[in-house]
Amino acid sequence: MISIPKKFPLNRKQWALMKVIISVVFIVIILLSGLFLDEGRIVTNLTDRNSPPSVDHLFGTDWLGRDMFTRTVMGLALSIGVGLIGAIGSASIALFLGMMAATMGKRADRLISWLIDLFLSVPHLVTLILIAFMLGGGFKGIVVGLTLTHWPSLARVIRAEVMQIRSAEFVQVSRRMGKSGWWIAVHHIVPHIIPQFLIGFMLLFPHVILHEAAVTFIGLGLSPHEPAIGIILSESMKYLSAGMWWLAFFPGLCLLFIVRMFDQIGENLRWLTDSNRNRD
Amino acid sequence: MQLKANKIGFRYENGPWLFRGVNASIEPGEVVGITGPSGRGKTTLCRILASYESPLEGEVTLNGAPLPKKGYHPVQMVLQHPEKAVNARWKMHRILNEGYHPDEEMLDLLGIKQEWLTRWPHELSGGELQRFCVARALGPDTRFLIADEMTTMLDAITQAQIWQAVTEIAQKRKMGIIVVTHESKLMQRLCHRVIEI
Repeated sequence: MISIPKKFPLNRKQWALMKVIISVVFIVIILLSGLFLDEGRIVTNLTDRNSPPSVDHLFGTDWLGRDMFTRTVMGLALSIGVGLIGAIGSASIALFLGMMAATMGKRADRLISWLIDLFLSVPHLVTLILIAFMLGGGFKGIVVGLTLTHWPSLARVIRAEVMQIRSAEFVQVSRRMGKSGWWIAVHHIVPHIIPQFLIGFMLLFPHVILHEAAVTFIGLGLSPHEPAIGIILSESMKYLSAGMWWLAFFPGLCLLFIVRMFDQIGENLRWLTDSNRNRD
Repeated sequence: MQLKANKIGFRYENGPWLFRGVNASIEPGEVVGITGPSGRGKTTLCRILASYESPLEGEVTLNGAPLPKKGYHPVQMVLQHPEKAVNARWKMHRILNEGYHPDEEMLDLLGIKQEWLTRWPHELSGGELQRFCVARALGPDTRFLIADEMTTMLDAITQAQIWQAVTEIAQKRKMGIIVVTHESKLMQRLCHRVIEI
Protein backbone atom coordinates (compact mmCIF):
# COMPACT_ATOMS: atom_id res chain seq x y z
CA MET A 1 0.00 0.00 0.00
CA ILE A 2 1.18 3.49 -0.76
CA SER A 3 1.52 5.51 2.38
CA ILE A 4 -0.06 8.92 2.20
CA PRO A 5 2.20 11.66 3.55
CA LYS A 6 0.69 13.04 6.71
CA LYS A 7 -0.29 16.66 6.81
CA PHE A 8 -0.77 16.68 10.55
CA PRO A 9 0.96 14.69 13.26
CA LEU A 10 -2.49 13.52 14.42
CA ASN A 11 -4.88 11.12 12.70
CA ARG A 12 -8.44 12.15 11.99
CA LYS A 13 -9.89 10.76 15.15
CA GLN A 14 -7.33 12.45 17.38
CA TRP A 15 -7.83 15.63 15.42
CA ALA A 16 -11.58 15.56 16.01
CA LEU A 17 -11.04 14.90 19.70
CA MET A 18 -8.55 17.77 19.80
CA LYS A 19 -11.10 20.16 18.31
CA VAL A 20 -13.70 19.10 20.87
CA ILE A 21 -11.27 19.61 23.74
CA ILE A 22 -10.12 23.01 22.49
CA SER A 23 -13.72 24.18 22.06
CA VAL A 24 -14.76 22.94 25.49
CA VAL A 25 -11.75 24.60 27.16
CA PHE A 26 -12.49 27.85 25.36
CA ILE A 27 -16.14 27.84 26.43
CA VAL A 28 -15.23 27.03 30.03
CA ILE A 29 -12.74 29.93 30.06
CA ILE A 30 -15.44 32.31 28.83
CA LEU A 31 -17.92 31.04 31.41
CA LEU A 32 -15.43 31.39 34.25
CA SER A 33 -14.20 34.81 33.21
CA GLY A 34 -17.82 35.93 32.86
CA LEU A 35 -18.28 34.99 36.50
CA PHE A 36 -15.04 36.42 37.85
CA LEU A 37 -14.38 39.51 35.72
CA ASP A 38 -14.25 42.77 37.64
CA GLU A 39 -17.68 44.42 37.52
CA GLY A 40 -15.93 47.75 38.05
CA ARG A 41 -14.89 47.74 34.42
CA ILE A 42 -18.46 48.06 33.16
CA VAL A 43 -19.52 50.96 35.36
CA THR A 44 -20.03 54.29 33.62
CA ASN A 45 -16.73 56.12 33.17
CA LEU A 46 -17.35 59.39 31.36
CA THR A 47 -13.68 60.36 31.14
CA ASP A 48 -12.97 57.48 28.78
CA ARG A 49 -15.88 57.55 26.31
CA ASN A 50 -16.00 56.25 22.77
CA SER A 51 -12.37 55.18 22.65
CA PRO A 52 -11.45 52.80 19.82
CA PRO A 53 -9.81 49.42 20.54
CA SER A 54 -6.48 49.74 22.36
CA VAL A 55 -4.30 47.65 24.65
CA ASP A 56 -6.15 49.02 27.66
CA HIS A 57 -9.61 48.37 26.17
CA LEU A 58 -9.29 45.47 23.78
CA PHE A 59 -12.71 46.00 22.21
CA GLY A 60 -12.85 49.75 22.86
CA THR A 61 -15.37 51.52 25.09
CA ASP A 62 -18.94 52.67 24.46
CA TRP A 63 -20.68 56.05 24.80
CA LEU A 64 -20.80 55.63 28.59
CA GLY A 65 -17.15 54.64 28.89
CA ARG A 66 -17.87 50.99 29.67
CA ASP A 67 -15.20 48.49 28.64
CA MET A 68 -16.64 46.53 25.70
CA PHE A 69 -14.41 43.50 26.20
CA THR A 70 -15.74 42.94 29.69
CA ARG A 71 -19.32 43.52 28.55
CA THR A 72 -18.89 41.09 25.66
CA VAL A 73 -17.45 38.31 27.82
CA MET A 74 -20.15 38.78 30.42
CA GLY A 75 -22.77 38.83 27.71
CA LEU A 76 -21.42 35.60 26.23
CA ALA A 77 -21.40 33.92 29.64
CA LEU A 78 -25.00 35.00 30.14
CA SER A 79 -25.94 33.75 26.68
CA ILE A 80 -24.30 30.39 27.34
CA GLY A 81 -26.17 30.18 30.63
CA VAL A 82 -29.51 30.92 29.01
CA GLY A 83 -28.61 28.57 26.16
CA LEU A 84 -27.81 25.81 28.64
CA ILE A 85 -31.14 26.09 30.41
CA GLY A 86 -33.03 26.34 27.12
CA ALA A 87 -31.19 23.41 25.53
CA ILE A 88 -31.61 21.18 28.59
CA GLY A 89 -35.33 21.94 28.68
CA SER A 90 -35.80 21.38 24.97
CA ALA A 91 -33.74 18.19 24.92
CA SER A 92 -35.73 16.79 27.86
CA ILE A 93 -39.01 17.47 26.10
CA ALA A 94 -37.60 15.90 22.93
CA LEU A 95 -36.43 12.79 24.77
CA PHE A 96 -39.73 12.40 26.57
CA LEU A 97 -41.96 12.90 23.52
CA GLY A 98 -39.68 10.90 21.22
CA MET A 99 -39.73 7.91 23.55
CA MET A 100 -43.48 8.20 24.05
CA ALA A 101 -44.18 8.37 20.33
CA ALA A 102 -42.11 5.28 19.68
CA THR A 103 -43.32 3.11 22.53
CA MET A 104 -46.87 4.04 23.47
CA GLY A 105 -48.75 2.79 20.45
CA LYS A 106 -50.16 4.17 17.25
CA ARG A 107 -52.43 6.82 18.66
CA ALA A 108 -49.75 8.46 20.80
CA ASP A 109 -47.39 8.32 17.83
CA ARG A 110 -49.88 10.04 15.55
CA LEU A 111 -50.60 12.76 18.10
CA ILE A 112 -46.94 13.48 18.81
CA SER A 113 -45.98 13.40 15.12
CA TRP A 114 -48.74 15.87 14.45
CA LEU A 115 -47.42 18.10 17.23
CA ILE A 116 -43.89 17.91 15.80
CA ASP A 117 -45.13 18.82 12.33
CA LEU A 118 -47.17 21.66 13.77
CA PHE A 119 -44.15 23.19 15.49
CA LEU A 120 -41.87 22.60 12.52
CA SER A 121 -44.29 24.24 10.11
CA VAL A 122 -43.85 27.62 11.81
CA PRO A 123 -40.34 29.11 12.00
CA HIS A 124 -38.85 28.78 15.49
CA LEU A 125 -38.31 32.46 15.81
CA VAL A 126 -41.97 33.36 15.25
CA THR A 127 -43.23 30.98 17.92
CA LEU A 128 -40.42 32.08 20.21
CA ILE A 129 -41.32 35.78 19.83
CA LEU A 130 -44.97 34.95 20.41
CA ILE A 131 -44.31 33.01 23.60
CA ALA A 132 -41.76 35.51 24.93
CA PHE A 133 -44.20 38.34 24.24
CA MET A 134 -47.10 36.53 25.93
CA LEU A 135 -45.02 35.93 29.05
CA GLY A 136 -44.01 39.59 29.13
CA GLY A 137 -40.40 39.15 28.06
CA GLY A 138 -37.56 39.02 30.57
CA PHE A 139 -35.51 36.03 31.67
CA LYS A 140 -38.51 33.80 32.35
CA GLY A 141 -40.18 34.58 29.04
CA ILE A 142 -37.11 33.86 26.99
CA VAL A 143 -36.21 30.62 28.78
CA VAL A 144 -39.74 29.24 28.56
CA GLY A 145 -39.94 30.34 24.93
CA LEU A 146 -36.66 28.69 24.02
CA THR A 147 -37.57 25.49 25.84
CA LEU A 148 -40.94 25.21 24.15
CA THR A 149 -39.76 25.87 20.60
CA HIS A 150 -36.55 23.94 20.04
CA TRP A 151 -37.52 20.33 20.73
CA PRO A 152 -39.25 19.14 17.51
CA SER A 153 -36.31 18.19 15.31
CA LEU A 154 -34.53 16.32 18.09
CA ALA A 155 -37.79 14.62 19.11
CA ARG A 156 -38.17 13.36 15.55
CA VAL A 157 -34.63 11.96 15.52
CA ILE A 158 -35.14 10.21 18.84
CA ARG A 159 -38.49 8.77 17.75
CA ALA A 160 -36.93 7.29 14.61
CA GLU A 161 -33.97 5.94 16.55
CA VAL A 162 -36.12 4.28 19.21
CA MET A 163 -38.40 2.73 16.58
CA GLN A 164 -35.43 1.25 14.80
CA ILE A 165 -33.98 -0.29 17.96
CA ARG A 166 -37.37 -1.50 19.15
CA SER A 167 -37.72 -3.69 16.09
CA ALA A 168 -34.10 -4.86 16.15
CA GLU A 169 -33.58 -8.60 16.42
CA PHE A 170 -31.73 -8.45 19.71
CA VAL A 171 -34.67 -6.65 21.33
CA GLN A 172 -37.10 -9.29 20.04
CA VAL A 173 -34.84 -12.01 21.37
CA SER A 174 -34.70 -10.20 24.69
CA ARG A 175 -38.48 -10.17 24.84
CA ARG A 176 -38.56 -13.97 24.33
CA MET A 177 -36.14 -14.20 27.23
CA GLY A 178 -38.97 -12.90 29.37
CA LYS A 179 -37.67 -9.37 29.84
CA SER A 180 -40.26 -6.69 30.52
CA GLY A 181 -40.76 -3.66 28.29
CA TRP A 182 -39.36 -1.44 31.02
CA TRP A 183 -36.22 -3.59 31.39
CA ILE A 184 -35.66 -3.50 27.64
CA ALA A 185 -36.11 0.27 27.52
CA VAL A 186 -33.55 0.83 30.27
CA HIS A 187 -30.95 -1.74 29.20
CA HIS A 188 -31.27 -1.86 25.41
CA ILE A 189 -32.91 1.29 24.10
CA VAL A 190 -31.62 4.10 26.32
CA PRO A 191 -27.90 3.20 25.97
CA HIS A 192 -28.35 3.30 22.21
CA ILE A 193 -29.92 6.74 22.05
CA ILE A 194 -27.65 8.44 24.59
CA PRO A 195 -24.98 9.39 21.99
CA GLN A 196 -27.65 10.65 19.58
CA PHE A 197 -29.24 12.57 22.40
CA LEU A 198 -26.01 14.22 23.54
CA ILE A 199 -25.08 15.25 20.02
CA GLY A 200 -28.57 16.59 19.41
CA PHE A 201 -28.26 18.49 22.64
CA MET A 202 -24.93 20.04 21.65
CA LEU A 203 -26.31 21.03 18.24
CA LEU A 204 -29.33 22.65 19.90
CA PHE A 205 -27.03 25.00 21.75
CA PRO A 206 -25.94 27.31 18.91
CA HIS A 207 -29.56 27.54 17.77
CA VAL A 208 -30.76 28.48 21.21
CA ILE A 209 -28.01 31.06 21.75
CA LEU A 210 -28.61 32.75 18.41
CA HIS A 211 -32.35 32.87 18.95
CA GLU A 212 -31.87 34.25 22.44
CA ALA A 213 -29.70 37.03 21.02
CA ALA A 214 -32.24 37.69 18.26
CA VAL A 215 -35.20 37.99 20.62
CA THR A 216 -33.21 40.15 23.02
CA PHE A 217 -32.15 42.29 20.08
CA ILE A 218 -35.75 43.16 19.23
CA GLY A 219 -36.41 43.98 22.86
CA LEU A 220 -38.51 41.03 24.02
CA GLY A 221 -35.76 39.22 25.87
CA LEU A 222 -33.51 40.04 28.76
CA SER A 223 -33.83 43.41 30.45
CA PRO A 224 -31.62 46.25 29.08
CA HIS A 225 -29.33 46.57 32.13
CA GLU A 226 -28.03 43.01 31.70
CA PRO A 227 -24.91 42.76 29.56
CA ALA A 228 -26.48 40.35 27.05
CA ILE A 229 -25.10 40.12 23.52
CA GLY A 230 -28.49 40.94 22.00
CA ILE A 231 -28.73 44.09 24.14
CA ILE A 232 -25.19 45.16 23.21
CA LEU A 233 -25.90 44.70 19.52
CA SER A 234 -29.22 46.54 19.52
CA GLU A 235 -27.81 49.45 21.53
CA SER A 236 -24.78 49.81 19.32
CA MET A 237 -26.98 50.08 16.22
CA LYS A 238 -27.55 53.72 17.06
CA TYR A 239 -23.83 54.46 17.18
CA LEU A 240 -22.75 52.51 14.12
CA SER A 241 -23.51 55.42 11.81
CA ALA A 242 -21.29 57.63 13.99
CA GLY A 243 -18.35 55.47 12.96
CA MET A 244 -18.06 53.47 16.19
CA TRP A 245 -17.75 50.16 14.41
CA TRP A 246 -16.11 48.32 17.32
CA LEU A 247 -19.32 48.42 19.36
CA ALA A 248 -21.07 45.90 17.12
CA PHE A 249 -18.17 44.26 15.34
CA PHE A 250 -16.40 42.51 18.24
CA PRO A 251 -19.46 41.32 20.17
CA GLY A 252 -21.03 40.06 16.94
CA LEU A 253 -17.86 38.26 15.94
CA CYS A 254 -17.57 36.70 19.40
CA LEU A 255 -21.17 35.48 19.20
CA LEU A 256 -20.50 33.82 15.86
CA PHE A 257 -17.33 32.35 17.27
CA ILE A 258 -19.09 30.78 20.27
CA VAL A 259 -21.86 29.39 18.09
CA ARG A 260 -19.24 27.85 15.82
CA MET A 261 -17.51 26.29 18.84
CA PHE A 262 -20.68 24.52 19.92
CA ASP A 263 -21.26 23.42 16.36
CA GLN A 264 -17.74 22.01 16.23
CA ILE A 265 -18.25 20.06 19.44
CA GLY A 266 -21.51 18.57 18.18
CA GLU A 267 -20.20 17.71 14.71
CA ASN A 268 -16.97 16.16 15.96
CA LEU A 269 -18.73 14.16 18.64
CA ARG A 270 -21.07 12.80 16.01
CA TRP A 271 -18.15 11.86 13.83
CA LEU A 272 -16.37 10.18 16.72
CA THR A 273 -19.36 8.11 17.84
CA ASP A 274 -20.30 7.15 14.29
CA SER A 275 -16.99 5.82 13.17
CA ASN A 276 -15.39 4.16 16.13
CA ARG A 277 -17.33 0.97 15.89
CA ASN A 278 -16.27 -0.10 12.43
CA ARG A 279 -12.94 1.59 11.85
CA ASP A 280 -9.75 1.32 13.90
CA MET B 1 -45.32 -31.46 25.75
CA GLN B 2 -46.25 -31.02 22.14
CA LEU B 3 -45.88 -27.93 19.99
CA LYS B 4 -48.73 -27.76 17.55
CA ALA B 5 -49.78 -25.37 14.78
CA ASN B 6 -53.52 -25.47 14.09
CA LYS B 7 -54.58 -24.30 10.62
CA ILE B 8 -52.47 -21.19 10.81
CA GLY B 9 -52.49 -18.59 8.05
CA PHE B 10 -50.47 -15.45 7.62
CA ARG B 11 -49.99 -12.56 5.25
CA TYR B 12 -48.14 -9.28 5.46
CA GLU B 13 -50.38 -6.20 5.44
CA ASN B 14 -52.85 -6.71 2.58
CA GLY B 15 -50.56 -8.86 0.47
CA PRO B 16 -51.46 -12.33 -0.79
CA TRP B 17 -51.71 -15.15 1.72
CA LEU B 18 -48.25 -16.50 2.38
CA PHE B 19 -49.81 -19.73 3.62
CA ARG B 20 -53.16 -20.83 4.95
CA GLY B 21 -54.37 -23.79 6.90
CA VAL B 22 -50.92 -25.07 7.79
CA ASN B 23 -50.90 -27.88 10.32
CA ALA B 24 -47.75 -29.07 11.98
CA SER B 25 -46.80 -30.68 15.23
CA ILE B 26 -43.60 -31.65 16.91
CA GLU B 27 -42.98 -33.98 19.84
CA PRO B 28 -40.29 -33.57 22.49
CA GLY B 29 -36.97 -35.05 21.42
CA GLU B 30 -37.97 -34.99 17.77
CA VAL B 31 -35.94 -33.22 15.09
CA VAL B 32 -38.12 -31.89 12.27
CA GLY B 33 -36.84 -30.25 9.13
CA ILE B 34 -38.69 -27.60 7.14
CA THR B 35 -37.67 -27.21 3.54
CA GLY B 36 -38.90 -25.39 0.49
CA PRO B 37 -37.88 -22.72 -2.01
CA SER B 38 -37.13 -19.16 -0.97
CA GLY B 39 -40.03 -16.84 -0.22
CA ARG B 40 -42.54 -19.55 0.72
CA GLY B 41 -42.74 -18.45 4.32
CA LYS B 42 -40.40 -20.85 6.09
CA THR B 43 -38.98 -18.08 8.23
CA THR B 44 -42.41 -16.59 8.83
CA LEU B 45 -43.72 -19.96 9.98
CA CYS B 46 -40.80 -20.21 12.39
CA ARG B 47 -41.40 -16.70 13.65
CA ILE B 48 -45.03 -17.57 14.32
CA LEU B 49 -44.10 -20.75 16.16
CA ALA B 50 -41.73 -18.74 18.36
CA SER B 51 -44.31 -15.95 18.90
CA TYR B 52 -42.30 -13.30 17.06
CA GLU B 53 -45.45 -12.82 14.98
CA SER B 54 -49.00 -13.83 15.77
CA PRO B 55 -50.90 -15.77 13.10
CA LEU B 56 -53.91 -14.14 11.45
CA GLU B 57 -55.76 -17.44 11.36
CA GLY B 58 -55.54 -20.45 13.57
CA GLU B 59 -53.38 -20.80 16.65
CA VAL B 60 -50.20 -22.27 18.01
CA THR B 61 -50.50 -24.40 21.10
CA LEU B 62 -48.05 -25.93 23.51
CA ASN B 63 -49.49 -28.99 25.22
CA GLY B 64 -52.97 -27.88 24.21
CA ALA B 65 -52.64 -24.45 25.83
CA PRO B 66 -51.82 -21.24 23.98
CA LEU B 67 -48.22 -20.03 24.12
CA PRO B 68 -47.39 -17.87 27.16
CA LYS B 69 -47.27 -14.13 26.57
CA LYS B 70 -44.99 -13.27 29.46
CA GLY B 71 -41.88 -14.75 30.99
CA TYR B 72 -39.24 -16.96 29.43
CA HIS B 73 -40.59 -18.34 26.17
CA PRO B 74 -40.44 -22.17 25.94
CA VAL B 75 -39.88 -21.94 22.17
CA GLN B 76 -36.59 -20.20 21.43
CA MET B 77 -35.32 -19.28 18.02
CA VAL B 78 -31.78 -18.85 16.71
CA LEU B 79 -31.55 -16.56 13.72
CA GLN B 80 -29.39 -16.58 10.66
CA HIS B 81 -27.41 -13.41 11.36
CA PRO B 82 -25.85 -13.51 14.80
CA GLU B 83 -24.40 -10.02 14.53
CA LYS B 84 -27.93 -8.59 14.37
CA ALA B 85 -29.16 -10.70 17.24
CA VAL B 86 -26.73 -9.25 19.79
CA ASN B 87 -26.63 -5.76 21.23
CA ALA B 88 -23.46 -4.16 19.84
CA ARG B 89 -23.06 -2.05 22.98
CA TRP B 90 -23.00 -5.02 25.34
CA LYS B 91 -20.01 -7.19 26.16
CA MET B 92 -20.31 -10.89 25.44
CA HIS B 93 -20.72 -12.07 29.06
CA ARG B 94 -23.72 -9.78 29.44
CA ILE B 95 -25.23 -11.02 26.19
CA LEU B 96 -24.68 -14.63 27.22
CA ASN B 97 -26.27 -14.17 30.64
CA GLU B 98 -29.29 -12.19 29.50
CA GLY B 99 -31.82 -15.02 29.90
CA TYR B 100 -30.08 -17.37 32.34
CA HIS B 101 -26.56 -18.32 33.44
CA PRO B 102 -25.14 -21.07 31.21
CA ASP B 103 -22.79 -23.45 33.04
CA GLU B 104 -19.20 -24.29 32.15
CA GLU B 105 -20.24 -27.59 30.59
CA MET B 106 -22.49 -25.85 28.08
CA LEU B 107 -19.76 -23.38 27.14
CA ASP B 108 -17.22 -26.19 26.67
CA LEU B 109 -19.66 -28.18 24.58
CA LEU B 110 -20.23 -25.26 22.24
CA GLY B 111 -16.56 -24.36 22.20
CA ILE B 112 -16.94 -20.91 23.76
CA LYS B 113 -13.62 -19.75 25.17
CA GLN B 114 -13.41 -17.82 28.44
CA GLU B 115 -11.39 -15.02 26.86
CA TRP B 116 -14.25 -14.24 24.45
CA LEU B 117 -16.50 -13.27 27.34
CA THR B 118 -14.75 -9.98 27.96
CA ARG B 119 -14.86 -8.88 24.31
CA TRP B 120 -17.30 -6.74 22.34
CA PRO B 121 -19.44 -8.42 19.67
CA HIS B 122 -17.51 -6.83 16.81
CA GLU B 123 -14.33 -8.42 18.11
CA LEU B 124 -15.67 -11.92 17.39
CA SER B 125 -16.30 -13.72 14.12
CA GLY B 126 -19.75 -14.78 12.91
CA GLY B 127 -19.20 -18.38 13.94
CA GLU B 128 -18.05 -17.38 17.39
CA LEU B 129 -21.04 -15.08 17.83
CA GLN B 130 -23.45 -17.77 16.66
CA ARG B 131 -22.17 -20.09 19.42
CA PHE B 132 -23.17 -17.44 21.93
CA CYS B 133 -26.61 -17.09 20.37
CA VAL B 134 -27.11 -20.85 20.54
CA ALA B 135 -25.96 -21.01 24.17
CA ARG B 136 -28.26 -18.12 25.01
CA ALA B 137 -31.27 -19.90 23.49
CA LEU B 138 -30.63 -23.19 25.31
CA GLY B 139 -31.93 -22.12 28.71
CA PRO B 140 -33.22 -24.69 31.18
CA ASP B 141 -36.82 -23.77 30.30
CA THR B 142 -36.41 -24.14 26.55
CA ARG B 143 -38.65 -26.95 25.33
CA PHE B 144 -38.29 -26.41 21.60
CA LEU B 145 -35.49 -24.84 19.61
CA ILE B 146 -36.05 -23.35 16.17
CA ALA B 147 -32.90 -23.12 14.09
CA ASP B 148 -33.69 -20.89 11.15
CA GLU B 149 -30.69 -21.21 8.84
CA MET B 150 -28.69 -21.29 12.03
CA THR B 151 -25.44 -22.47 10.51
CA THR B 152 -25.86 -21.40 6.89
CA MET B 153 -23.21 -18.73 6.99
CA LEU B 154 -20.66 -20.83 8.86
CA ASP B 155 -17.94 -23.13 7.57
CA ALA B 156 -18.42 -26.90 7.59
CA ILE B 157 -16.31 -27.59 10.69
CA THR B 158 -18.06 -24.98 12.80
CA GLN B 159 -21.42 -26.24 11.51
CA ALA B 160 -20.61 -29.76 12.57
CA GLN B 161 -19.39 -28.65 15.98
CA ILE B 162 -22.46 -26.57 16.74
CA TRP B 163 -24.92 -29.23 15.56
CA GLN B 164 -23.06 -31.91 17.50
CA ALA B 165 -23.46 -29.87 20.68
CA VAL B 166 -27.08 -28.94 20.04
CA THR B 167 -28.25 -32.46 19.27
CA GLU B 168 -26.43 -33.80 22.31
CA ILE B 169 -28.12 -31.31 24.60
CA ALA B 170 -31.49 -31.85 22.92
CA GLN B 171 -31.31 -35.62 23.43
CA LYS B 172 -30.35 -35.23 27.05
CA ARG B 173 -33.21 -32.85 27.78
CA LYS B 174 -35.81 -34.34 25.44
CA MET B 175 -36.00 -31.07 23.58
CA GLY B 176 -37.60 -30.74 20.17
CA ILE B 177 -35.76 -29.05 17.31
CA ILE B 178 -37.08 -27.49 14.12
CA VAL B 179 -34.42 -27.14 11.45
CA VAL B 180 -34.72 -24.83 8.49
CA THR B 181 -31.95 -25.25 5.97
CA HIS B 182 -31.31 -25.45 2.26
CA GLU B 183 -28.62 -28.08 2.65
CA SER B 184 -30.19 -31.45 1.99
CA LYS B 185 -27.19 -33.35 3.36
CA LEU B 186 -27.49 -31.63 6.72
CA MET B 187 -31.23 -32.19 6.68
CA GLN B 188 -30.85 -35.93 6.04
CA ARG B 189 -28.27 -36.28 8.75
CA LEU B 190 -30.24 -34.46 11.45
CA CYS B 191 -33.94 -34.82 10.90
CA HIS B 192 -36.34 -37.59 11.78
CA ARG B 193 -38.86 -36.22 9.31
CA VAL B 194 -39.11 -33.34 6.87
CA ILE B 195 -42.03 -31.00 6.14
CA GLU B 196 -42.24 -29.53 2.63
CA ILE B 197 -43.69 -26.06 2.37
